[in-house]
Amino acid sequence: MSAVLSSSALETPRNATGVSARTSALPVSFRALRRTFGKGAEAHTVLRDVDFDVQSGEVLAILGTSGCGKSTLLRATAGLDSPSAGSVDIDGTPVQGIDARCAFAFQEPRLLPWHTLQANIAIGLPTGVSAKDGKAKVSRLLELVGLKDFAKHRPREISGGMAQRASLARALARNPGVLLLDEPFGALDALTRIKMQDLLLDIHRAAPTTVLLVTHDVDEALQLADRIIILGKEPDEDGAAAPGATIVRTVVVPGERPRDRGSVELARMRASLLESLGVGSH
Amino acid sequence: MSNLGTPFSTGNSVADGRAAAVSATPADAAQPGSPETGPSGSPANGWSPAGILANGWARLLLGLIIPAAVLAAWQLSTSAGIFSVVQLPPPAMVLEAGTDLLQRGQLGQHIAISTQRVLIGFAAGAALGLVFGSLVGLSRFADVLLAPTIGALRAVPSLAWVPLLILWMKIGEDSKITLILIGAFFPVFTTVSLALRHVDRNLVEAARAFGLKGVRLLTTVQLPAVVPAVFSGLRLALAQAWLFLVAAELIASSMGLGFLLTDSQNNGRTDRLLLAIVLLAVIGKITDGLLGLAEKWAVKRWA
Repeated sequence: MSAVLSSSALETPRNATGVSARTSALPVSFRALRRTFGKGAEAHTVLRDVDFDVQSGEVLAILGTSGCGKSTLLRATAGLDSPSAGSVDIDGTPVQGIDARCAFAFQEPRLLPWHTLQANIAIGLPTGVSAKDGKAKVSRLLELVGLKDFAKHRPREISGGMAQRASLARALARNPGVLLLDEPFGALDALTRIKMQDLLLDIHRAAPTTVLLVTHDVDEALQLADRIIILGKEPDEDGAAAPGATIVRTVVVPGERPRDRGSVELARMRASLLESLGVGSH
Repeated sequence: MSNLGTPFSTGNSVADGRAAAVSATPADAAQPGSPETGPSGSPANGWSPAGILANGWARLLLGLIIPAAVLAAWQLSTSAGIFSVVQLPPPAMVLEAGTDLLQRGQLGQHIAISTQRVLIGFAAGAALGLVFGSLVGLSRFADVLLAPTIGALRAVPSLAWVPLLILWMKIGEDSKITLILIGAFFPVFTTVSLALRHVDRNLVEAARAFGLKGVRLLTTVQLPAVVPAVFSGLRLALAQAWLFLVAAELIASSMGLGFLLTDSQNNGRTDRLLLAIVLLAVIGKITDGLLGLAEKWAVKRWA
């Protein structure tokens, strides 16, 4: 699993194509974002007043109880969902429809069962990449995520952790300015999850793209993120809960990565974050 | 232990047999789950039902048991004089009728023309079914526009088309092939349009997130996802094609297996009549078997 990393694994040759030269990280801004599902009396506000700036190259973890709109925020960034009000801007231009600057890794691998891993990863390649460059990039990515020997395997022939690595490789194939991860390790066992987190850190070190990571795992957020935001309901002036979740807390995680999983400082932050999520840390 | 369970049962009879053995003989209970249990271990010695079913030749032989029994009963009932020769001629007479027609060069002609009609009608009907099924399955607009009309056309019994087709296209190949086309169209149309509506939304969304849309999305995700359903539609369509062939040939033709049926009925040739029925069964089964092979390959490739 500890894939030997060369920084060239992610970077395509500068002179290859105009498209692949864009490996640089992009900043993301949420401007007064609001998302309401349904109409009239049935209307149900999930997110409101989300105002936030993500620096380019930053790893941002998004925490919150389930159903609080974490995924909705991520889907709005990818253009899979459009906000009811406000906007998401990537590098200053608003997201309208599926955005080619983003790449998405879902909670489930969502690989095409009739394709080999190689072909599945190739789906992530940006348009306009030549067949030769694409093939070279896919084989570099397979090596990066430790699946070199499984290039010709079908998704059903490999384990869940391997499928999730292939899904990550597919997202990386896009040279994304913004990498969107929706609880990508949530369904994995604890040991595989830790290995995947280390892999993600390796990847980020080699090609520091902007990462938005939705998770419900406080430890994962502390281990991976530069900053953590917590989405939740905020009582308004009357004390009643206003409809829809918004950012209730922003935390800057100290220390260089990889961080000591047993550090006292992180343990204290963990307790405080859990409290914000409405869970006692006993 | 090897004689537990009948060799004709299907499914998990090995496990069932084991469970029975465990409860029946305490001596065996010491080694119930291990796959290499020596001489009494069912999977190894080939005598278990699953062992027999894993062998292709054994499966073929098993499948021939009932046809052989029917043939024997046919032979016995005719030689015992239960039926008159006009009602039910013996198998040998039917075989003789077959060789006779073959020598005159008529049998080959009947078979060839019928098979040709089925294949052309089936291919055209299946292709149209695939196109319209994709349209209705993928586009909400096409669904609203086309589905009621196609549903109403499907409700028309097949034979109701015959007079109209003959009036429009005369008694020739066109009218027969069109009838078969109609028969083959609907099963493919229905299975494809329904299957496309139930393609895993998560897969489609993932592909869209990576910029796939339109025809590329169709060929990369949606069509491969429905390949197994398409093949079950095709097999239904092929069966329908043979059904509609006989309907077409019974009514107006001078060649083909359906014509052989009516012609023999009019001439009191029960032997030829039976021959036509047996041939329809055999050829129908062969074409279905070939399609089944293609299905097996496709499902392995795409699913």
